[in-house]
Amino acid sequence: MSSELPPELADSPKPKELMAIDYRPPQQPWMETPVNFKPGNYCFPTKAKNLRVLDMPNPREWAPEEEDWKLPENWMEIIREGMKDRLDKYRSFKLFMDICVRCGACADKCHFFLGSGDPKNMPVLRAELLRSVYRGEFTKAGKILGKLAGARKLTIDVIKEWFYYFYQCTECRRCSVFCPYGIDTAEITMMGRELLHLLGLGINWAMEPVANCFRTGNHLGILPNGFKDALDFFAEDAEEITGVKIDVPINKKGAEILFVVPSGDYFGDPGTYTCTGYIMLFHELGLDYTWSTYASEGGNFGLFTSHEMIKRLNAKIYAEAKRLGVKWILGGECGHMWRVVNQYMDTMNGPADFLEEPVSPITGTKFENANSTKMVHIMEFTADLIRHNKLRLDPSRNDNRIVTFHDSCNPARAMGILEEPRYVIKNVCNNFYEMPENTIREQTFCCGGGAGLGTDENMDTRLRGGLPRGNAVRYVQEKHGVNSLACMCAIDRATLITVCDYWARGVEVTGIHEMVANALIMRGEKDRQTDLRGEPLPGKEDEEDV
Amino acid sequence: MGASFSLLTVLVLVLLAFMGVRVAGWDPLFGVVIPYTALFVFLVGVVYRIWDWAKSPVPFRIPTTCGQHKSHPWIKGNNIENPSNIFGVVIRMALEILFFRSLFRNTKTELRADPSPRLIFGENKWLWAAGLAFHWSFLFIVVRHLRFFTEPIPFFVGLIEYMDGLFEIGVPTLYMTDVVILAAVTYLFLRRVVIPQVRYISIAADYFPLFLILGVAISGVLMRHFYKVDMLRVKELATGLFSFHPVTPEGIGVSFYIHLFLVSILLIYFPFSKLMHMAGVFLSPTRNMPNDNRKRRHINPWDYPVKVHTYEEYEDEFREKMKKYGIPVEKE
Repeated sequence: MSSELPPELADSPKPKELMAIDYRPPQQPWMETPVNFKPGNYCFPTKAKNLRVLDMPNPREWAPEEEDWKLPENWMEIIREGMKDRLDKYRSFKLFMDICVRCGACADKCHFFLGSGDPKNMPVLRAELLRSVYRGEFTKAGKILGKLAGARKLTIDVIKEWFYYFYQCTECRRCSVFCPYGIDTAEITMMGRELLHLLGLGINWAMEPVANCFRTGNHLGILPNGFKDALDFFAEDAEEITGVKIDVPINKKGAEILFVVPSGDYFGDPGTYTCTGYIMLFHELGLDYTWSTYASEGGNFGLFTSHEMIKRLNAKIYAEAKRLGVKWILGGECGHMWRVVNQYMDTMNGPADFLEEPVSPITGTKFENANSTKMVHIMEFTADLIRHNKLRLDPSRNDNRIVTFHDSCNPARAMGILEEPRYVIKNVCNNFYEMPENTIREQTFCCGGGAGLGTDENMDTRLRGGLPRGNAVRYVQEKHGVNSLACMCAIDRATLITVCDYWARGVEVTGIHEMVANALIMRGEKDRQTDLRGEPLPGKEDEEDV
Repeated sequence: MGASFSLLTVLVLVLLAFMGVRVAGWDPLFGVVIPYTALFVFLVGVVYRIWDWAKSPVPFRIPTTCGQHKSHPWIKGNNIENPSNIFGVVIRMALEILFFRSLFRNTKTELRADPSPRLIFGENKWLWAAGLAFHWSFLFIVVRHLRFFTEPIPFFVGLIEYMDGLFEIGVPTLYMTDVVILAAVTYLFLRRVVIPQVRYISIAADYFPLFLILGVAISGVLMRHFYKVDMLRVKELATGLFSFHPVTPEGIGVSFYIHLFLVSILLIYFPFSKLMHMAGVFLSPTRNMPNDNRKRRHINPWDYPVKVHTYEEYEDEFREKMKKYGIPVEKE
């Protein structure tokens, strides 16, 4: 590992210092340990204007480090009512409040605990933050026995603690894989955050995207003209590299397929290369598809806000599919987007009976597993193309990459799309190595910046949370010379760069369709000199004439 | 504090039963009234708790997927770890309930300093093994006890008893399950005290049931092997209870009443405690649902309309920009 850190990490401690972690809990019981807001460890609160756009409660400016959080006067009542309402609505919530035996199997499964040693980052304690109040407010044993039954009173300090720790959980569900009762901390964190939002407590890095998405159709607030500019720009780039002229259909009525991606893909590198990859692939296939400016976001930061917000943002996708009259929907490389599509979309905004059961126009394959949502994952789509020999591929064009694959939390643990990406990767590159088995597939580690935490003001927390993933990447870097971390998630493509820069210096982050497009031999293409990043292709290093 | 308080509580309970029977002679209270009350509280309590959980709906299908989903026919799906149908769910749940599948995955993560700082993942099956040993031996012991309540004794009770005493150590035969449960509960207690993180999260509600069950097991072993009680009279009392003609025969021995009292407390405590995980595990939405959301629509019973930003509102705001950039619009 090279010792030089990139400029944005210049203020961070050296990895060796950060790794001096003490996993032993303090003497003081956790209920008596108040939360300590330190720069680097928490995210900035939601700006009032964003709450107003969304008609959410208690819009105001406030700061976590200040004493007064400017809560509504009846905040206690609001929380009590909010808890009761959710206990009645969600069996998961009620059950998970009741049945934990505190066996501790989840403790060392959380990336934030492994990176920080903070006992309240053990999933069991993160949940106890909420459970203790549940017991104190809603159970007989808790009301009578108090602390002996693990109960406590609802106080302002409890609320502060919730804010701190429910925004130090990325809802990755890794703990839930190991829990003998399937207790899912993501569910608990989601409830915790819903309750906090009732008081106007949220983080801006999650809520600004939500407000943007509501109005402009995407998290980044990109307007229709900007959207078209970006896609046209990628098409020009692709033409420059391949010599093939590519059309990018936008808001095209009567197209067969609506294509939806996370906005990160057309906003920032290296997602943009993956985005370029999509349009090259679709052009090569002659696919009758369209982008949408209104449904220009597949991701859904509503998932990190509340169930209601998931529905409010997700509604655009079916509405747009209906307006444009497409037959089915194809979704790009994204993590939490696929949790929403797989677990919420149809229930919330379906039935999609105005769409047809998805069939690949190229291979004729029926995507029977998506018969009801009518939405197909691009990895299912592309794997099917490769399986049916519909793509001419030259994997040696990716020979400069020695690749490992990061399973994103949601596709792995809220869907189970594990083999398709591997199949595609193995067909488009020649050097692929898996990370250790405890760090991939259903046991994959989070990037440390999911669930709305991928910002910079909480860098210390992010780096700590990224430790287990970074550690596994460094392992294959040292063992196999891995220099590329492939992933199919826009948040990963943004946050893993930092994780790699810090923990596994020299490893680049790449999307899968970026590699697909590099390997893809297009009809009428010229002798390509560079890959999508403008780097010379393997073997073309000397004849660079760009 | 939680541990000593719990231990003390259990000791007080033992003393209470001892005094109540030996000194005060309240055999009917400890032999009839309390057991009946306990059974009543247990049954009503457990049914109530399950009903209470069940009346909260499951609005979304949220299985935690731990394997490949079902997609293309040429990719092998893992129907147990990521079930796509009810059959898979049944197997998944059976593995979870009978063999603690998820706990079996347990690992231990360590931070090693040399040669460079790194995390190491190792096997960790001790909790799984002890948990499994504890629960299965507990079940066998409960089944074995059916011989006190039934006449004729069902064949499987005899079979389990025979198997349990297969080694024929001592007179009366030492049951393996007694040894296993004592060892397992002791381990479960010790790990709570010894592992710093587990000690940190443990509360009285964790120690109390352990000590209580330990008390039940120890008193049971004592009355079988050391302070022997008259088994015929015990059976007379037990069948009396279950035929609703309760009797408290003379001279059973106080160790039996201590045992019975601790069991009664366990039954009363059960529905109010984390022990309800026994029923709860069946209802866990992350385990008991198939991951077939994209194939079969799940209905949310309390679904309600939400405020959305419609396409019309969107186009109204951005129409000019869209037109200028050649993006098709609805209203020219």
